[in-house]
Amino acid sequence: MRPILMKGHERPLTFLKYNRDGDLLFSCAKDHDPTVWFSDNGERLGTYRGHNGAVWSCDVSWDSSRLITGSADQTVKLWDVKRGEQLYTYNFDAPARSVEFSVGDKLAVITTDTFMEKTSAIHVKRIAEDIDEQSDESVVVMRGPSGRINRAVWGPLNKTIISCGEDCIIRVWDPVKGQEILSTKGLENGHKKPITSLCLSADKSHFLTGSLDLSAKLWDTRTLTLIKTYVTEQPVNAVTMSPLLDHVVLGGGQAAQSVTTTDHRAGKFEAKFYDKILTGEIGGVKGHFGPINALAFNPDGKSFASGGEDGYVRLHHFDHDYFNIKI
Amino acid sequence: MTVDIDELAASHNIDLTQIDLDSIHLPPGEDCGILSDDEDLRAEENTEFDPGYSNIIVVDHLPQVPKEKFDKLESVIRKIYSQIGVIKENGFWMPVDPATEKTLGYCFIVYNTPQEAELAKEKTHGYKLDKSHIFAVNLFDEIDKFMKVPDEWAPPEIKPYTPTKNLQHWLTDSKARDQFVIRAGEHTEVLWNDARHMKPDPVYTRRFWTESFVQWSPLGTYLATVHHQGAAVWGGADTFDRIHRYAHPMVKFIDFSPGENFLVTYSSHEPSNPRDTHRVVINIFDVRTGKVRRDFKGSADEFAVGGTGGLTGVNWPIFKWAGGKDDKYFARIGKNVVSVYETETFSLIDKKSIKVENVMDFCWSPTDPILALFVPELGNQPVQVSLYQIPSKVEIRQKNLFSVSDCKMYWQSNGEYLAVKVDRYTKTKKSTYTGFELFRIKERDIPIEVLELENKNDKIIAFSWEPKGHRFAVIHGDNPRPDVSFYSMKTAHHTSRVSKLTTLKSKQANALYWSPSGRYIILAGLKGFNGQLEFFNVDELETMATTEHFMCTDIEWDPTGRYVATAVTSVHEMENGFNIWSFNGKLLYRILKDHFFQFIWRPRPPTLLTPEKEEEIAKNLKRYSKKYEAEDQDVSLLLSEQDREKRKQLKEEWESWVNKWKKYHEEEKLERENLREGEVSDDDEEYEAKEVEYEEVVGVEEEIVDYEQ
Repeated sequence: MRPILMKGHERPLTFLKYNRDGDLLFSCAKDHDPTVWFSDNGERLGTYRGHNGAVWSCDVSWDSSRLITGSADQTVKLWDVKRGEQLYTYNFDAPARSVEFSVGDKLAVITTDTFMEKTSAIHVKRIAEDIDEQSDESVVVMRGPSGRINRAVWGPLNKTIISCGEDCIIRVWDPVKGQEILSTKGLENGHKKPITSLCLSADKSHFLTGSLDLSAKLWDTRTLTLIKTYVTEQPVNAVTMSPLLDHVVLGGGQAAQSVTTTDHRAGKFEAKFYDKILTGEIGGVKGHFGPINALAFNPDGKSFASGGEDGYVRLHHFDHDYFNIKI
Repeated sequence: MTVDIDELAASHNIDLTQIDLDSIHLPPGEDCGILSDDEDLRAEENTEFDPGYSNIIVVDHLPQVPKEKFDKLESVIRKIYSQIGVIKENGFWMPVDPATEKTLGYCFIVYNTPQEAELAKEKTHGYKLDKSHIFAVNLFDEIDKFMKVPDEWAPPEIKPYTPTKNLQHWLTDSKARDQFVIRAGEHTEVLWNDARHMKPDPVYTRRFWTESFVQWSPLGTYLATVHHQGAAVWGGADTFDRIHRYAHPMVKFIDFSPGENFLVTYSSHEPSNPRDTHRVVINIFDVRTGKVRRDFKGSADEFAVGGTGGLTGVNWPIFKWAGGKDDKYFARIGKNVVSVYETETFSLIDKKSIKVENVMDFCWSPTDPILALFVPELGNQPVQVSLYQIPSKVEIRQKNLFSVSDCKMYWQSNGEYLAVKVDRYTKTKKSTYTGFELFRIKERDIPIEVLELENKNDKIIAFSWEPKGHRFAVIHGDNPRPDVSFYSMKTAHHTSRVSKLTTLKSKQANALYWSPSGRYIILAGLKGFNGQLEFFNVDELETMATTEHFMCTDIEWDPTGRYVATAVTSVHEMENGFNIWSFNGKLLYRILKDHFFQFIWRPRPPTLLTPEKEEEIAKNLKRYSKKYEAEDQDVSLLLSEQDREKRKQLKEEWESWVNKWKKYHEEEKLERENLREGEVSDDDEEYEAKEVEYEEVVGVEEEIVDYEQ
């Protein structure tokens, strides 16, 4: 498996997203330009220029026509995927962290950071089909978690929103009433340190969270019960699940500020594969020379991409052997 | 008391602006009833920590003097006692009989610290002021104790005998495993090294078991812990119970005698007068009874002679024990003397130390009562390395060496050989080169052989004898990748001459770790080499494995030489934990622990088998090993059986989750379609990749091109 190195960003990567067909890969980085690549050969297709700050996350619509990006410049922008044009800009009073389209692409969930005495919040915005009718108004705003909310995603049938963040708690919200329904607060086997990442399974039945407490945990979406725990040796910055096999992938490394003082062999900047069911480690993919900040699996399960603090996106197409791994 | 100054001045018709306040002087000692601003501050300062009564001594048998002579006597006593420590202000009280106005013949003295009080008691008890007045000094705290002494003697109660547990129980492990202790965070754990299952097997864990470190006794019977109040030893059959406590406040170091009969504890106390040196207290306890057999007290200077002590000045261990199980002798170096004590009476042999001008360093043979001394060059005197037989104190061998900068002595573990590494100056005196003087202790007249490296200028980085063997290994060289050479004291061709076996060129190594049973050695590159490990077989002179434990700080062979532990302790922030390797360099398992401080194998007592029996076993190893091979097989089968069982269960659990989810997913299918506005089925859709050619006119532009011909 010879990886394709995609050098296009000048700053650390923050997020990776495949479109539904798996032919396009969208990458966000701390430089201001989200980029789209051909996932097959790693060729760069184009960039989306307009943000004035680090871009923290993005999502692409079901039909790959629209892209939504959240940025530290306190805006969330809608883009035309094909033309690279800005369609609309939502303005916030705090940096936007996580964005995601709902099923059907009628709504988007956006989280904003704590900023200038403002608490972090989860916003739900309506996405108009006709961009001229688009408004800035929020459908609902939910507050409560202390500290940053690192990720908020839609549950099955848009009936819930699942959020996680610095307060180490996973919460499930009712997006209609704007109320918290479930949380892992006080749960003994919950995460002990800030949760950095969250990844839903393809059918949204279960999800994986990665935390700085050197572990990742698998949860049932509907009941928020803990199913599995994957223990690793480094803080987890990014998680993803194979849609094809029962594999989960964890990426991380030590904090960015201590990278320069340690040898690359000590950093363990590896994307680690675990058996989803047996929770045993299968193997690792080395290559980055900085912590891994983002991971994404191609929807066909035959390749995955990792983005690092080193500014590279590495695109890995699996060898034939991978599909016959037995442990 | 506050007075409004302006008002007061006005009432006396004084214009305050006209007065130079600084010119007014009050009579000394007079405050005119006005409190100073800092009075309350001073009051606070006086609220010192009350140390109880342990810093008070009672001096008895003083002369009884009339009033006129009181001051004279006080000054005499003060003079004696202020030499020992700082007497507190108002810390002297000599009561007077109100009827006769004579003193009562005793006084109380309050010191700053309990240590000073104790020292004063020790130094002046029995002090002769004159013929009829011999001081009796006691601690004030002890009065209670004396009051309780019963008037009639009662026979001491005889405690019923309680059988002690088998402290050697761990040696009877049916799987012949070894134990080790680790300290990580606040937990101290004793574990079995279960190499067959590739994991450690917990024996005993305790939080805050020790306050600084733990240490096994040399034969592995006890685990010693160190606390504020003293040291303690633990042991037992299945768990670790406290067996004895050894009171020694502020104990800093401990050391067992090789036969683990005695425990030496050391503490150093800060003097109350900063100009004084630290006070050192050393106790030697009998391990079994817990009684102090001998104590040594004095200033740190007295214990800092010889060697190269740091600022605090002591080289631990101060007392070095002669080899062997009997713990018969121990010795300590002093200024121009080496003091050898024997443990029958805990006094100096012949009541005299061995006088050696300028002695710098000494060490015992690991097996025999032979002492090796090193005296550096002094004026015209050459450097001397001499061997003394104890207890006769006869010099059995001596070697003079010239233009030497430093010497280091290395004993072979059986006491058969002594290697002295000698750093000599070159003729220009600008640089040094190194050679070895090899003593054959067990041969007649102790022949000495000189060994010099082929390249004389090579620096010696490490030296190590093969345990119980005739070989030694040296890391030498100046370049960043030094060479490693192996020598043997006897080979088939030369029984009485040292000969080189081989040299391995440019190795990433700076430390040597022989297996305790010899034959195998680890060439380790610690620190700068980031933990390179090379497992080398010296019999075959071949490398068995080269590997790495990144950032590794500590390497220790298990006492049998079957396994090796490499550890990264908390000197590094990352990677803390340990690896267990087989003797040939195969990684067995790896445990990560944050704040990892210590890893120590539990030592084993020497084997009870005779050398002949051992040889016989080695010869018929095949026969003996059969049984163990079968056991190994069983273990691996059992393991996989359990494993399969567990996996099956996990898979079943997972299936049940997935089925539940599938059901939900089916149920919600329609709703999902609605959300997607009728777009048919979401995930199970089989889509084909079609190549579609698509053209778009980006723009039309006309350009006039010059037509030239």
